[in-house]
Amino acid sequence: MLRIFFIVLALSLVTLVAITGIRGQKGKKPPIEIFPDMDHQPKVKSQVPTGFFADSRGDRQPVPGTVPLGYAAPLSKGGAVADEGKYTAVRFANSTDYADTGRFGDQWGTGIPLPVTAELMQRGGERYAIFCAVCHGSSGAGNGVAGQYGMAAIASYHQDRLRTMPDGEIFNTITHGKNTMLGYGGKIPVDDRWAIVAYVRALQLSQHAELSDVPPEERAKLEAAK
Amino acid sequence: MSNFFPRWANWVPLKLLLIAAVLTTVLTLGVWYYFTPKYTRVGYMPDQPAPFSHALHAEQLGMDCRYCHSFVEVSGHSNIPDTQTCMACHSQIKSTSPKLAAVKASWESGLPIQWVRIHKAPDYVYFNHAAHVNRGVSCFSCHGQINDMATVWQAEPQSMAWCLECHRAPEKFLRPQSEVFNLNWHAASPAAQLAMGTQFKKEWNINPPLTCGGCHR
Repeated sequence: MLRIFFIVLALSLVTLVAITGIRGQKGKKPPIEIFPDMDHQPKVKSQVPTGFFADSRGDRQPVPGTVPLGYAAPLSKGGAVADEGKYTAVRFANSTDYADTGRFGDQWGTGIPLPVTAELMQRGGERYAIFCAVCHGSSGAGNGVAGQYGMAAIASYHQDRLRTMPDGEIFNTITHGKNTMLGYGGKIPVDDRWAIVAYVRALQLSQHAELSDVPPEERAKLEAAK
Repeated sequence: MSNFFPRWANWVPLKLLLIAAVLTTVLTLGVWYYFTPKYTRVGYMPDQPAPFSHALHAEQLGMDCRYCHSFVEVSGHSNIPDTQTCMACHSQIKSTSPKLAAVKASWESGLPIQWVRIHKAPDYVYFNHAAHVNRGVSCFSCHGQINDMATVWQAEPQSMAWCLECHRAPEKFLRPQSEVFNLNWHAASPAAQLAMGTQFKKEWNINPPLTCGGCHR
């Protein structure tokens, strides 16, 4: 009796493991939910379809003809530690102010409508590395990695047309794109766009500077190194 | 009367007891091994409508996580990018590739790409991405070496016990703010991690909630 039991047990265990597999095995089947109590509640969550609307979209599209007023969403709890007090809101705006459009009436304006501090430049550099460097390259020469994969006509910042371009027009290019570049207005908040503009200006200066632009104390170092 | 039961019948109760004990043990081990997200969730690797490769984009091209997941630092929900994010490059790069058919269809129709969701917290869990990535918890801690995955799979069980492993001892996982999105960064040694993590925990006043209300509302 015992022998038969152990043989049957061993065979059924082998079968079971053969069917169920082991932990961590890769598979395409949706996970089994053993205790699904209240796991799926009939509420709308971010980027999750819902049965409530006919098109099953949880995130609603604005009704045609909606006029956006702009908004500032507060930073989520636990906001950036390093930037405490500086970036308290994620601002996407659609006013006609210079700070939101880069233009005064139908003229491009120039100047950064935020205090240009070391923090702003650092923020601009970080955002530039995330969103711009892929195409424009980390020095702004238009030699980012996307160019090697078939992205054509990436503008280098180091040409007179872009050196003399008003800040507002650069801001507008980030927001709405230009030629083959699509707009980044939906991804980069207004303040970050200005930070990037400031950083792009610094990049341009870095590749087009005279010795007289260098502060006197640093100039001595440069000349000593020559 | 003395031979009413055969001799072997003396062993039957003991044998039955042994069988019951073995079956109970096997059943207990089976539940322990299989009735856990370590088995049910880890390794889930569904086919996606477009075969997007993190290994190509994040590792080979060196793109930052935040190029696509652009609101992870400011929102509780880490966004799956919209179709325009793909098209920013793929309007030109490999624009005729059949692998991009779903992206193109979405771009033309305006309907979202139906990506298959892999990491799912139950609806009574309120996980906040921003609160974690802004406080020195890397993408790596919860999503594994995703920058090397050609097809994404779930690397961690993401069960409550697993969450608590870190909430009880965050110093084992905290990393410098500058390396949160650098998934190839790893502490030199467990001892170095512990020393650094303990320092960060103190400096940043990290005090992860252990009460129910911290994650369940």
